[in-house]
Amino acid sequence: MNREIISLNLSNIAFKFENRLMIRKLLHTARLQVVLFALLLSGFTYGNTASHDTITSPSVPAHEQTEKKAFDAGKMIIDHIVDAHEWHILTYNDFHLSIPLPVILLDNGKLVSFSSGHFHHGHEAYRGYRLMMEGEYEGKIVKTLEDGETIDASAKLPLDFSITKNVLSLFISVLLLCIIFISIGNKYNKNPNTAPKGLQSLLEPLIIFVRDDIAIPGLGKKNYARFMPFLLTVFWFIFLNNLLGLVPIFPGGANLTGNIAITMVLALFTFAITTFNGNKSYWKHIVNAPGVPWWLKIPIPLMPIVEIVGVITKPFVLMVRLFANMTAGHIILLGFMSLIFIFGNMNIVAGYGVSIFSIAFGVFMSLLELLVAFIQAYVFALLSSIYFGMAMEEHEHTEEHTTEH
Amino acid sequence: MQLVTPGIGLIFWMLVSFSLVLYVLGKYAWKPIMKGIHQREDSIEKALEAANDAKKEMLQLKAGNEQLLRDAKDERDALMRDARKVKEAILDEARVKANEEAGRIMENARENIQYEKMAAINDLKNQIASISIEIAEKLIGKELENKKQQHELTEKLLKDVKIN
Repeated sequence: MNREIISLNLSNIAFKFENRLMIRKLLHTARLQVVLFALLLSGFTYGNTASHDTITSPSVPAHEQTEKKAFDAGKMIIDHIVDAHEWHILTYNDFHLSIPLPVILLDNGKLVSFSSGHFHHGHEAYRGYRLMMEGEYEGKIVKTLEDGETIDASAKLPLDFSITKNVLSLFISVLLLCIIFISIGNKYNKNPNTAPKGLQSLLEPLIIFVRDDIAIPGLGKKNYARFMPFLLTVFWFIFLNNLLGLVPIFPGGANLTGNIAITMVLALFTFAITTFNGNKSYWKHIVNAPGVPWWLKIPIPLMPIVEIVGVITKPFVLMVRLFANMTAGHIILLGFMSLIFIFGNMNIVAGYGVSIFSIAFGVFMSLLELLVAFIQAYVFALLSSIYFGMAMEEHEHTEEHTTEH
Repeated sequence: MQLVTPGIGLIFWMLVSFSLVLYVLGKYAWKPIMKGIHQREDSIEKALEAANDAKKEMLQLKAGNEQLLRDAKDERDALMRDARKVKEAILDEARVKANEEAGRIMENARENIQYEKMAAINDLKNQIASISIEIAEKLIGKELENKKQQHELTEKLLKDVKIN
């Protein structure tokens, strides 16, 4: 599954988005990617639950059951890539080293807040709330009845505004971004017209890259300056978080850009900016596309529907591409590491033997992920700039359409 | 399905943080950075243009210098040529003059010689005349005495004449 996503992702690199035809093609592949991913993802979760079933199944001998429980690759991988209420660092036998994070709940308009340490990794309930570790509400905080054990099925789920692992990672990265770029900005203010020095000289080529290879090709020389702040912020936010995600321990390691909520908000920003900057001809092409036969618009507005779907698909594709690429990379890496323990559980020698290959592939994947980290930031910013450019484009080929039909 | 279900909390915090970071960076980072880069690029472009202009000017200057040098050389050559001509002219003139002078001197000398010669001839003529008269006187005087003596006397007189 992962290989396919990676190959699709690599195929994206090949595109040099020169003309409209290429963009349409790209959107097509991106749609394909979504479908593929959805298919594969369902396969993955199916596999996961299937393995889960074998653990609890009574037909399995007792010793095998405990061994299986000792290491479940699927669960381990999912635990690592989804959000959590504590920042887990390591587990050694029964010793858990993790940073408890604050829980903030909005329960029927009432704000409740306490440390997630009180949940004891989901083993205990606290103040009528309980962190579910498995089942339908896995990873969610639910309300319990008076006894503090059984789930209150009738109550609504409290809205969870907790500072989770991803939220903390988000804060750290935002802080880093501010520190890095404000300090660089001050350097430009302090010594104008001098050669860049230190961190400034490291980051400036990439800032110029965003301007010359992302903003200007998509938006044109006339309009690009207005969108530079957004494109630069998006590019650096994604790039920094992709890199932080590759660092295995705190403060890295949170799969932030591989979280659908994060990519959704980023895509929403792109969508909002596209919509607010759409000019007359952009809206005309959506509502009443020129050059399209009337019977495609009246009585059933077929073309407008297609166009509106297209408008929504663009940010949706942005959201899924980033999420899928980053998540896939993490899954592959964790998968290679899991192999060591899967083989180690069978035979200790096999475990050590496999570790050589696993580490070699892990290093390879990490290097590949460095590339992907950059490419995904590039692609997101580039597509955003192209979408803005499309919304602001003056259509000169309207006459062409009408003469064709 | 936790993987593909966006959590409300994360969406909320992301919206807040990203808006904030967009605003803060837009105001305090991207603005000065883009301005700084733009300014520097402008100044570099201007500097390059200026350097190009200076180079062109230099080339022009060099060409001018070369022209000047060539002109100077030509002038020098012309001067030399003129000088040589003048020298030759002077020499020729001098030669002509010298020749003329020499001619004149020679003429004078010749004239003088002629004059002296004429004077000498005249003198000689006068002397010859006087001597002749003397001889004649003596001859006439002696002829009457002796023929022989006459001859001797003539001989003797002629000897005197030869001395002259």
